[in-house]
Amino acid sequence: MAAQENALNDPIIMCEDVHKWFDDFHVLKGITTSFQKGERAVICGPSGSGKSTFIRTLNRLEEHQRGTIIIDGVELTDDLRNINLIRQEVGMVFQQFNLFPHLTNLENITLGPIRVRKLTKTEAEEVALSLLERVDIADQAYKYPAEISGGQQQRVAIARALAMEPKIMLFDEPTSALDPEMISEVLDVMRELAHSGMTMLVVTHEMGFAREVADRIMFFDEGVVIEEAAPADFFDNPQHERTKLFISQTLQH
Amino acid sequence: MEEQELTQEIKPPVSTKGPGRWLKDNLFNTWYNTLLTCLALVFLFFAFKGFLTWAFTEAEWGVIPANFRLFMVGSYPQEQIWRVWTVIYILSVLMGLSAGLWGGLVLRFAVVLSGVWFISALLPFGFELSTRGWCLGAIAMIAVSFFLGRDRTGLRSWILGGWILSFPVIMGVLRGFGENGVLTSRWGGLLLTLILAISGIVVSFPLGVFLALCRQSRLPVIRWVSTTYIEMVRGVPLITILFMGNVLIPIFMPGFDINQVLRMILCLIFFSAAYMAENVRGGLQGVPRGQHEAAQAVGLNYVQTTLFIVLPQALRSVIPAIVGQFIALFKDTSLVSVIGLIDLLGVARSILANQDWLGLQAEVYLFVAFIYFVFCYAMSYASQDIETDLGVGKH
Repeated sequence: MAAQENALNDPIIMCEDVHKWFDDFHVLKGITTSFQKGERAVICGPSGSGKSTFIRTLNRLEEHQRGTIIIDGVELTDDLRNINLIRQEVGMVFQQFNLFPHLTNLENITLGPIRVRKLTKTEAEEVALSLLERVDIADQAYKYPAEISGGQQQRVAIARALAMEPKIMLFDEPTSALDPEMISEVLDVMRELAHSGMTMLVVTHEMGFAREVADRIMFFDEGVVIEEAAPADFFDNPQHERTKLFISQTLQH
Repeated sequence: MEEQELTQEIKPPVSTKGPGRWLKDNLFNTWYNTLLTCLALVFLFFAFKGFLTWAFTEAEWGVIPANFRLFMVGSYPQEQIWRVWTVIYILSVLMGLSAGLWGGLVLRFAVVLSGVWFISALLPFGFELSTRGWCLGAIAMIAVSFFLGRDRTGLRSWILGGWILSFPVIMGVLRGFGENGVLTSRWGGLLLTLILAISGIVVSFPLGVFLALCRQSRLPVIRWVSTTYIEMVRGVPLITILFMGNVLIPIFMPGFDINQVLRMILCLIFFSAAYMAENVRGGLQGVPRGQHEAAQAVGLNYVQTTLFIVLPQALRSVIPAIVGQFIALFKDTSLVSVIGLIDLLGVARSILANQDWLGLQAEVYLFVAFIYFVFCYAMSYASQDIETDLGVGKH
């Protein structure tokens, strides 16, 4: 609750009428919203609803064609300097982990700090090792991504994003590619991160995680946000028919 | 107790197949396989008998030592031969240092090379005393620099710089200055072949990578220029390019005295770079989209993403194709004889045209083929070793 109060004066992400097309396909049809510093938002919705595309516009992996996105006071435009500034402040975790297979886990984490933040190798390794400690896989530092499990890879990916000391973390279905046994170890790390006060936008189907951690749940369908509410309201008192259907279907199993 | 039994390690069953069993299973398992095996053995016996009888009784191998200098350096003047040895010594020092620093593949090559020098120095025929001295000197160079470079990891970037710098230095030493030097028209034999091949390989590789990146560029002009270049070069036979280069390069660059060797090097580079570019492009396309995205998300810019993420993955997946191109280029250098340069193969032909050595085609061409094979196999061996080192297919 505290986060929401101070949030009102302090939006770290502001989106105004964001549109995006893939050729003729209108993926995002005018998203207007803002996120406060320290807010934990969970984004859900059926596949193809534009939820992944939306968070990918926030660090310019997808370009929005209309509207404005302002992140920590910097507007996202074609200006490469702005894009690079924003990417340093926004960490991202992918569904398929996307670790660099030719580098060890440690090198995966130190690459950004060394090349972008210009830390020395020793400094970067110190940071990386403490992050690996934090996600509980310090013993895997010198292995290659292919040599560890999916859950461990995703935790390395989270550590890699955190090593850039981002102000915002985007999660694009971080547990969808994992075996059921490994989902909880990744969610534990994300839970810990949420409690540390990180601003988090999480696209996920893990409704238990959403209910427990989120300050706000946004429901996407066909490129628009059709409902957003605090978890209690969202699950117990959904307003929209589409939302009701979605909740009944996802909570069935 | 029960738990212990459960966790007891069970070893895989031991394979009991010895060589005798293998022979029986694969070569003599049915009556017609037995028949085929016997027929093949008879055929191999006669084929090899013929060859071995020829090689040990009829063949006049004397043509090789008698013309050894020609094979190695063509008509490079005797009194300037110290230039070639100087180059060999420069390379020996670099190789020794690298072997000490990196070990592994370089060390193995250094050992083999020292072995070759050693045998050359002790051969009961052929070389003059001074040559034998030079050979032993080369071993000493490799050995001393090996111990100097041993485990001094701080030197690594210096040595890499040294290899790059050695290239122009070597050319300078071989050529010398003006009239006192050795005109490139007198470079020949294996020396010329190596100069053509190494210059071609060393320059066409980065050029090929650059062209491949350009062909993937988002800027249409760059993409078109690169694509046009690649397609045009690939559509013309190398021999045509060599002929054209010999005539056209002096016309395009008036005022510069570009000798024939340099012209041929340029042609080989232009030609090989186009093929290299397509090989590299294959690798670039194999790097998943997610890798670019992850690199961007960490904040790497285009150049950093390309250097640290995309190229390392792209190149290692196409090592066989790239080395295949290196090997092809090495053998293609033999085409420079069409404009009158006397490379290794050219030397062979000029020796065979000499009255003293008429009719010795088999001996001479076998020897030349052997030399080509040694170098090409070394490249192939190196590529397999590098692949294992980089863990291709493993991570």
